[in-house]
Amino acid sequence: MTTGIRFDGVSVAYGGDVVLDSLDLTVEPGEVMALLGPSGSGKTTALRAVAGFVRPVSGRVFIGDRDVTDLPPHRRGVGMVVQQYALFPHMRVDANVAFGLKARRAPKDGIAARVAEALEMTGMSAYARRYPRELSGGQQQRVAIARALAVRPGVLLLDEPLSALDARLRSDMLAELARLHRDLPDVSMLYVTHDQMEALTLADRIALMDRSRLQDCGTPQDLYRRPRTEFTASFVGTANLLPVTVTGDGVRFAGAVLDVPAGTAAPGAPATLCVRPHAIGLGEGPNALRGKVTEAQWRGATHRLCVDVAGHRVTADVGEPHGTPPLGTEVTLHFAARDAVLLPAAAAGAGGGAAHG
Amino acid sequence: MLVHSRRARRAVHAVFLALFLPVFALPFLVVAAASLATRWSGILPAGVTLDHYRAATGGDAIDALTTSLLTALAASALALVTGTWAALAAKGSRARRVVGLLFMLPVAVPSVVVGLSLLVAFSRPPLLLNGTSTIVVLAHAVLVTSFAHQAVSAALDRLDPAYEQAAASLGAGPVRVLLRVRLPLLLPSLSAAAGLCFALSMGELSATIMLYPPDWVPLPVKVFAATDRGALFSGAALAVVLMVTTFLVLLAVSRIRTRAVHR
Ligand SMILES: Nc1ncnc2c1ncn2[C@@H]1O[C@H](COP(=O)(O)OP(=O)(O)O)[C@@H](O)[C@H]1O
Ligand SMILES: [Mg+2]
Repeated sequence: MTTGIRFDGVSVAYGGDVVLDSLDLTVEPGEVMALLGPSGSGKTTALRAVAGFVRPVSGRVFIGDRDVTDLPPHRRGVGMVVQQYALFPHMRVDANVAFGLKARRAPKDGIAARVAEALEMTGMSAYARRYPRELSGGQQQRVAIARALAVRPGVLLLDEPLSALDARLRSDMLAELARLHRDLPDVSMLYVTHDQMEALTLADRIALMDRSRLQDCGTPQDLYRRPRTEFTASFVGTANLLPVTVTGDGVRFAGAVLDVPAGTAAPGAPATLCVRPHAIGLGEGPNALRGKVTEAQWRGATHRLCVDVAGHRVTADVGEPHGTPPLGTEVTLHFAARDAVLLPAAAAGAGGGAAHG
Repeated sequence: MLVHSRRARRAVHAVFLALFLPVFALPFLVVAAASLATRWSGILPAGVTLDHYRAATGGDAIDALTTSLLTALAASALALVTGTWAALAAKGSRARRVVGLLFMLPVAVPSVVVGLSLLVAFSRPPLLLNGTSTIVVLAHAVLVTSFAHQAVSAALDRLDPAYEQAAASLGAGPVRVLLRVRLPLLLPSLSAAAGLCFALSMGELSATIMLYPPDWVPLPVKVFAATDRGALFSGAALAVVLMVTTFLVLLAVSRIRTRAVHR
């Protein structure tokens, strides 16, 4: 049994405010799709449209090949895990996990085994007889996941499931979720998060949301290496976004000509050059940029340098072994042509994130 | 109130007792003393006898106590069901305020008016309830439903919708969500409301006195009758019996609530 999710032009409005604008998105069976975007971009709303807690004003939602747009939540057969866990406080852990099985009238003699299996899978077997309030946040989240998985849903919806946990626990749980996905290759997951690390780590593909719209969709590598918009470049990973002008065989930035594949861009057109901080090296090299160090942070394995290049701030993560250059030093930075991506210049007023100095 | 030093805490307790004792405790102490008294000495009861209690715990009086208990149980159950139902039905809709105000009307008018209006409304077949115990229960329910409705509405507003949504996404239909998730989560408020309704009904007199049939005489009517004919000491003994019984029932209800909260 494999089930995907399909949004077909789904729009949601709250009292006239469109908070989800004709979303078209397909989650393939067994795929982990991260819905990534800033807070308020409509991610939760999209997830609630799948779960059935909000009715689209237009468009259809499919789970597998079943149109569920008009089905009430309890007939949709999805598993859901939310940020605040929502474990039933008056039931012990095992009763919480058994709730969905009883609601779906699973055969009585099978329930105990399925509960044990779900608790085993999330490593919570030892806590079956506890009440939720007797568990830590991380343990509660595991129980919430066990509860959602016990009914063996084809689709698992997760809404910022780790955001209430501290950083350490979050990375542990992230690994757990990745393992769960390997153990359950048939379950499609829609994973809502505003944290790019979670999306990059867990997702097969990332759907990028901003201002109620789907902005971009692709594999993490794809979005990271070949972003198509400034928004993607700045939201997936960190990026230097430099305003440039396309010339015949490269781009002009702050008076210097850089050797960057210009693709199909017309000569003379304004564009944005995207270079990742870790792709920038210190010292002479191709595509040299000269400027003064304005900020330096030691980050263990690397230094993060902020360099003022002709009024533009360029950030570089360099593995300089001889200590941080003092502030104000003139330095030369360089990057390889293949590490740079030329993006269409953002329309005025839209798509923030350009690193203008 | 956060008070840290021991002396300050003592002072706060002293002020509380100074305010509490005369207003709340003293009248009850006088009633308790009167229930044991044989005569008045000045403004205070004097002498000691258990005769009044012998009368207050035998025959007629026990019947009246049972009547009161049954009436209060039935009325608070009815009020709780009606109030909860209305609160659940009107949740999130514009009807909510209107329903709340409607339930409040009987509390706002003198109870005698409630008694009178029930008397008139149910005086003719097919709605002939005059002279039955049902009309007494009905009157009490009408008088206390507002308290149940208010308590449950407020609790429903505070209830995080995430619980019922989690239940629904797990495949639970509306009835299962109500019985297994919402009502259990509302249990503390429901039991608090039940206690309040019960206590109010146990002490109700003004509407009852217009409606009670000869075979359904609640204890407050007996108390009133006793004091009315000048038998203050017997009336006091009956009142003490009423208070102690109500107190014990409330204690039991609050134990249920404590268990519900601490799960
Ligand atoms: N129940 C609601 N009523 C009105 N507006 C809402 C409601 N839920 C969400 N919104 C609005 O919809 C927008 C998108 O919300 P949401 O989907 O929760 O964003 P995200 O999950 O991406 O942070 C926000 O501007 C939010 O204020
Ligand atoms: Mg959200």
